[in-house]
This record gives sequence, structure tokens and C-alpha cells, in this order.
Amino acid sequence: MTAFGKLIRTTAFRLTLVYLFLFALFAAFLLVFFAWNTRHLITEQITTTVNAETGEISDIFGRRGLRGLVLTIENRALRPGANLYLVTTPAGQAIAGNVGSLAPGVMATTGWSETAYRRLDEQDSSNHFALVRVTELPSGFRLLIGRDLEERRRLFGIVAKAAQFSLLVVVVLGLGGGIFVARRVLRRIDAMTGTTQRIMAGDLSGRLPVGRSGDELDRLAGNLNAMLERIEALMNGLKEVSDNIAHDLKTPLTRLRNRAEEALAKSRTEAEYRSALERTIEESDGLIRTFNALLMIARAESGQARGNMDDFDAADVARGIHELYEPLAEDDGMTLRVRAETAPIRANRELISQALANLVENAIKYGKPIVATLPAGAGITADADRKEILIEAKRVGDRVLLSVTDRGPGIPVADRKHAVERFVRLEASRTQPGSGLGLSLASAVATLHGGDLRLDDAHPGLIATLAIPALSGGSDRLAAQTQDMPQKAA
Amino acid sequence: MVMEGSHVTAIATDTQMRLLIIEDDRESADYLVKAFREVGYVADLAGDGEEGLALAEGGDYDVLVVDRMLPKRDGLSLIGALREKGNRTPVLILSALGQVDDRIKGLRAGGDDYLPKPYSFAELLARIEVLSRRRGGPAEDTTYRVGDLELDRLSHRVMRGKEELTLQPREFRLLEYLMKHAGQVVTRTMLLENVWDYHFDPQTNVIDVHISRLRSKIDKGFERPLLHTIRGAGYMIRDGIR
Repeated sequence: MTAFGKLIRTTAFRLTLVYLFLFALFAAFLLVFFAWNTRHLITEQITTTVNAETGEISDIFGRRGLRGLVLTIENRALRPGANLYLVTTPAGQAIAGNVGSLAPGVMATTGWSETAYRRLDEQDSSNHFALVRVTELPSGFRLLIGRDLEERRRLFGIVAKAAQFSLLVVVVLGLGGGIFVARRVLRRIDAMTGTTQRIMAGDLSGRLPVGRSGDELDRLAGNLNAMLERIEALMNGLKEVSDNIAHDLKTPLTRLRNRAEEALAKSRTEAEYRSALERTIEESDGLIRTFNALLMIARAESGQARGNMDDFDAADVARGIHELYEPLAEDDGMTLRVRAETAPIRANRELISQALANLVENAIKYGKPIVATLPAGAGITADADRKEILIEAKRVGDRVLLSVTDRGPGIPVADRKHAVERFVRLEASRTQPGSGLGLSLASAVATLHGGDLRLDDAHPGLIATLAIPALSGGSDRLAAQTQDMPQKAA
Repeated sequence: MVMEGSHVTAIATDTQMRLLIIEDDRESADYLVKAFREVGYVADLAGDGEEGLALAEGGDYDVLVVDRMLPKRDGLSLIGALREKGNRTPVLILSALGQVDDRIKGLRAGGDDYLPKPYSFAELLARIEVLSRRRGGPAEDTTYRVGDLELDRLSHRVMRGKEELTLQPREFRLLEYLMKHAGQVVTRTMLLENVWDYHFDPQTNVIDVHISRLRSKIDKGFERPLLHTIRGAGYMIRDGIR
């Protein structure tokens, strides 16, 4: 596309053309209005004068007869800038006046008419136009009085010139302005296009130029920049995740492969082969688990699980998870307790259960008090309390909080945001088994439900809370439901 | 434990199980057919949805193993067509889509069980056995008996010999499920799904802990253990001698 082609295709230029047309139309209307009014005024002036003079001369004819009439007419016809006069006999012969010739038939009808004429004293053959009034005098004589319309014609000439000139001015100014505006807009759009093309080519750090005027283009550019910011963050996240996936999936894959290789190379007995194969299966099961967790997170994050939402009481979930994990915690030398109040939510029950299960598993795995780090004497004060893990469900304002509190080392403030990310296993937990996806999943589930995952200090320990929007107005209904149902498992 | 494989032979000899595997991936289909034949099942194979539907309608199968994504006619529509014609053969759906909502979709379409890929053969086998038993269906008795262990489903009483055992509600349900499928391997996932109604994959050995608690109540102090761990698969309750 040529530069000019691009220019005339801009919205600004097209708008200019529309405005140009509208302005021209307006100017034309104005001129026509002016011309018509003026013409009307001039005509009126002529009629008034002619009428007055007709009256006057008819009067003279009445008083002084034909002779007086002819004298008066001859007299008046000689004045400079005189009106047109003509007196004819009943037979149609001219006897006085300054009109040389008329369009045929003008004298035949009385009243007003516009006609071409030529004065007596004029030499050129060009016709002029006049507005005339023909009156029949008593005894059959006819009197014509009229006025030249040259003035009116000149006026139209002026108006026509003005119209041409103003049209020219409008078009030139309009086109110029249009091109100016269009080029300005085009320059900015071109700058934006350039940036977007760079971004499309892969340079995500590019940003659109934002002017200081705060006009619509600036606002657009600002919004696009915000969008780019988000995309860049997502892309970076994706990159980080793929790096992590590469690491966390490749490491077990490498182990798997090495073991198989080693077994092939070294094993002698069936028992050796068998144990190598068993470890292979174990390793691949771990991989499958990691993979499933990743898929689940991806599903939750993309919002696909939104279809399976039910209304239920988060307290049931808390009690259910407590019931499931209580023996496991006890085997690990900890006490798992639950404190659940009615807290209705609309959510995907399965996902919420899994998220809470992850938090509990984390608490069991990492929430053991580390005696060495406690100040001397502190360990004695509340040893039993320190080994407790508490699952809580309650409603606070418009949120339902499902939290798991442990008395372990907690997570330092600086690490908390990081801890939620995929595959992140804080240094302290590197030696423990796990995929590093538990908190990510919990966080993704919370986000899916329009809530968030909060990590707070339990002094000492960690409170991990799933905060999810409460089901408004649902508590009565749920309460009614629970009353109807016989209470299951204590 | 010496259980590996032996329980399978026992079942295979008294009833020859007939399976139809509808799976388009040749390699995994062949692996399944071979593995099922090794445990004494009759296993037929269909490579696409249309062929699978025709075979399923014609043959008298105990369980259908249906892949969800099949050429010509997908798994769910195949199941729908079968059910519409009144064919009630139990169907186990195999699918690479392992998420909760996919499972629900599969069960709604008329499937009886859903196993996400990749699966372990032991898990598949255990589920197929449970499904085929369901068809024979004497499992709705009010009292289950295994050896001298007796569970009354109405009064919620559990007796071992002459001794009454006190179980927590969840332990009762766990035992009930195990006894309903006495003589069959029950995997950890099956227990989590059927006793707790959770469909996620715990990263810890929660189920094992519950089993060991149950075991300490029903087997501890008795001469013959009834609750057995099947290595690499799950658990089974049965009278060791029978």
C-alpha cells in the first residue's frame, strides 16, 4: 500500500471527508438562504416603488389628461437611473417612455411580469431584464412602469462568487486538516503497529508508546500495555514452569532409565531383576502422579472445572478430610483435630477436598516441630500442643475459610509467595518425598473458585487458608438439609 | 505373601471370564489381551467403535473394557447405544482423560467404572473382577461372612467367632466393602473411591493406615488372619484355607 493510499484509508481522513461534505452543504444552504432573502427584499423594494409611481402617474393622468401624462413621463424618463416607462395607445402604439423594445405580449396583460427589454437610448443589442407593472388607464391607454433587475443579477453574481470561493476554502482547509490529522494519527498507529509486530516476532518486552494527552489512543495504548504486561508475566510463568517440568520430570525419567540400564548390565539373579522392575514401577507411578497433579492444576487454572459446582457445607469437607487423615497423623506422632462451623459454599467438592487434603498432607509432612530451633525451655511448655494440626472451617464475612494450622517451622515471609509456585520445594523440604505441587494445586483451586490461598504465621507454625466466597443466602437452606439428614460419622 | 497371582487362578477356574476389549491402540490392546489370557480370561479385541458395538451386541461378555476415544464411534456413544438396546453388560471405561468431570461424564453415559490411563494392570484386573461379580449379584445379602468373621449390615454388628468387635463407622464401611468383595483384590484407589467417595490421588499412604487399624481390630489376637495385603495391587479379605 502506498503512503497516500494508507493515508486516505485512515478513519481520520474519512471522517474529514464526511465533515467536509457536511460543511460544504451548510455553506451552500447559508448562501442560498442569503441570496433568496436578498432577492425577495429587492423585489419588494421594486414593487413598492413601482406601485407608488403607478398611483402617482394615474393620478396625474386623471387630473391633467394625456398631455400631462406624456409630459411627466418624458420628464421622469430623462432622469439618470430612471425607471422604465412606457405609455401606449389603445391600439398598442407607444407614445411616450424610454423603452425601445419589449418581449412580445407584455403590454397585452395588466399586472406584474418579468421581461427582457431594451432602452431607447441604448446602442448595444444586449437585452436587460426588468420587473414591470402594466396598468390600464381610463380610456384604454396603457401604462408600464418597471425597474431594471441588473442590481439583482449583480447580487447573484456576488453570491455565486462567494459560493465558489468559500467552497474552495472549505475543501482546501478541510483536506489539509484531514491529511494533517490523519497523518498524525497514522504516525501513532504506525508506531503501535511497529511495536506489535516486534512483539509478535517474539520480543515480549516491547511496549506501545503512550503520549501525555490522555486521549483515546493513549488510553488504548495504556490498556494494551497492561495486557502485554500480563501476557509477559504469563509467558515467563510458563517458561519457568516448563523449565521446572523439564527438571522435575526429567530427573525421575533419568533415574528410571539409569536403573533399567544398570539392571540390564549387572543383574544376575531373578530377585535383582524383580527389585529393579519394582523400583521402575514405583518411579513411573510417581511420574504419573506428578503428571496428574499438573493436569489438574492446568484444568483448575483454565477454569474448565467450573461446570461441576454444587452447593454444600465446607464443614463437611473439613470433617471428611479429618476423618481420612486422622489415623495417618496419629501414626506420625501428631494429633489432627477439626473445628468446623456451618459454612456454605458453591464449589467443586472434589477439588476443594483435594486442595484441603494437600494442605493436611503438607502439614503432616512438614509441620513437625523442630526442637533444635526452639529457644531453650520453649519445648517443654507445650509439647502436646506443638504436635497438633488443626483443620478449621468457618465463615468470616463473605468468605468461607478452610484452614490448616500446624506448629512446624512455618514458611518465612519472603518465601511464601514463592512456595505456592509449581514444583517449588523449599530447601527445608527437599529431602521429603513429594511433587512440590500441593500448594500450587490448592492455590489454583482457590483461584478457580474466585478465592485465594493464604499462608500466614501461626507463631510458631504455618496457617494455610483456602479463602473462598461464601454462598450468599445459602446457609438456611443447607442448615435445613443437614437437619433432615441423620448425622453420619461422628 | 504368596498371594500374587494365585487368587486370580482360583477365580479363572471356576468361571471362565469373557472380556471384550475395545481399544484402537494396537500395542496396548495386544498387551491387555495377552495379560488377560495369562490370568485365564477369554479376551476378544475390537479395534474401533463400530466393530466393538457389533461384537458387544453379539457376544455374551462378562465385562466390556472400552477406550473413550475410538475411531468411527467414540466410547461414550458406544455405551449409550448398548444401553439403549437394553444391554446391561458392565462397562469399564479406559481413558486418557482422567479428571473428575470426565469420569462423571463417563459414568453418566452408562459406564460402570472409570479408570484413567496410565493404569496398572493389577488395578484394571481388580476392577474387572468386582464388576463381573456385580453382574452375578449375590452381594446384596444382609450378612456377609468370611471364615468366622460375620458382618450384619442391618444391625451394624461385627462378630469374629463369638466375640463382638467394636468398629468406628468408617471402619465398618471399609470392612463392609472388603467383605462384599471377599476373595477379590481391592485396590487402594477403589477403597478411596467407594468407601470415602474421593477420586483424587493422595500422595501419602492414608488408606494403608486405615487398613492397619482395621486389621488390628479384626485380625489381632486371632489365629488365622483374614485381611491380606496383595503386593503391588491392594488388599483382599478371605478365609486363608477355604
